[in-house]
Amino acid sequence: MSGRVIPAWSLTAEAASTIGIPAEWPDRVTRDWAIGGATGEGVDVCILDSGVDGDHPLVGGLESAVAVHIDGDETTIVPDELGDVCGHGTACAGIVRALAPQCRLHSIRVLGEGNTGSGELILGGLRHAIEREFDIVNLSLSTTKRSFAELLHELADSAYFQGTVLVASAHNMPVESYPWRFSSVISVGSHEGSDSYEWYANPDPPVEFFARGVDVDVAWAGGSTLRCTGNSFAAPHIVGLSALVLSKHRDLTPFQLKSVLYLTAANTGGTE
Amino acid sequence: MTDVNRYQEAVAAGMLPSEENHRALLQSIVDVARAIFGAEASSIFLLDRDTDELVFEAVSGQGEGDLVGMRIPSSTGIAGWVLVTGQPIVIDDLQQDPRFARQAAEQTGYVPKALMAVPLVNGETTLGVLQVLDRARDRAGSIGEIDLLILFANQAAIGLDLLQTARRARSVADTGDGREAVVARIAALLEQTGDEVSGLRLLEALEAVLGRLAR
Repeated sequence: MSGRVIPAWSLTAEAASTIGIPAEWPDRVTRDWAIGGATGEGVDVCILDSGVDGDHPLVGGLESAVAVHIDGDETTIVPDELGDVCGHGTACAGIVRALAPQCRLHSIRVLGEGNTGSGELILGGLRHAIEREFDIVNLSLSTTKRSFAELLHELADSAYFQGTVLVASAHNMPVESYPWRFSSVISVGSHEGSDSYEWYANPDPPVEFFARGVDVDVAWAGGSTLRCTGNSFAAPHIVGLSALVLSKHRDLTPFQLKSVLYLTAANTGGTE
Repeated sequence: MTDVNRYQEAVAAGMLPSEENHRALLQSIVDVARAIFGAEASSIFLLDRDTDELVFEAVSGQGEGDLVGMRIPSSTGIAGWVLVTGQPIVIDDLQQDPRFARQAAEQTGYVPKALMAVPLVNGETTLGVLQVLDRARDRAGSIGEIDLLILFANQAAIGLDLLQTARRARSVADTGDGREAVVARIAALLEQTGDEVSGLRLLEALEAVLGRLAR
């Protein structure tokens, strides 16, 4: 953030000349401009999931790992001493690492504390991720509880305005669920291709992008690798690709990042 | 629970099909799911909110007859992940995961190579998880497989919801203060007559009598 004080609700004539934004956009946004030579260096990516096995060779280390803990009405953030209680978080971390080898990976574990209160765990984890101002948060999860929708919506908007990109896997079931449906979030479904650099913009949202999510070889708990399918593996592909874009173009807002992903999708002619 | 709710549950206990009918529905769903996917096994887990555990409610194939009633943690492992995150998942090469293999061997005595799992959602509530183990792999693409599994999940979620409603109703009728049990017995008798008109006339007459008493 620039630190300049700008009125939140209006712009005086004097102030207008002080808020210039360096916008060095090419005549045509291409993949080469967007991610050519990028490694994800300097980008902080958070995996909000089942924990991450940082020692897995395909994950290659974690910068931080915490767990959300609920005691009565109080939600606290504690050091994660369990690691991955399922394997899925490690899978997401491995997918991101393979695409953006130099990014910094963080884990917030929201599973393993029992099912009761799982909505509060997800909310608490997301709130912490936003407070930490991570660049990108992977959300391979959703909740059907309407009582959480409003709070999740507020958090998603807070993330959007502060420049934290939320990438959520879309729900491919006929139920209302959140947060993937929010426009301040990048929502991802699966295509059946096998290229991790192949993604599509969806002309018919609310699912906004399709990325690789079928038969993906992923890191898993216990140092293993498994072959997996599901939208929850498509989201970390867009996370990894977003980390590449942001490592080259640090000042992009979530809105601009989404536009770059759109312009460089396989079905918009921006793949060169 | 309000008095009205308790009487409604008591009436339901008398009129709903028995728990055995709902169990048969769930069993039918896992049997068909197993057949359609050419799978070794299929199972339905119900979330027990009191104990925070997943309970095997119906099993077809491997483990059938042994596993119903067995409990596993609700927020760890693959079924726990599906329940908490609400996301369907397909995993192959499962035997590569030593922790999963050990837990599966200890819990069920069967270590699958592959697993499909989908949450069972009814309205806002996630009720449980539907699993299909070791499906035949000569089928159409994986996205089609998940879409098909979700269709079964919708059926299973309705079945689970009916089962839970029946259990709550039965619980009220069995543990109520006696008045609910009387209502349940009357409802059951009315149901058994198979004569809706007579039953309604009887209730209308009762309402008229009670109305006069109230005045």
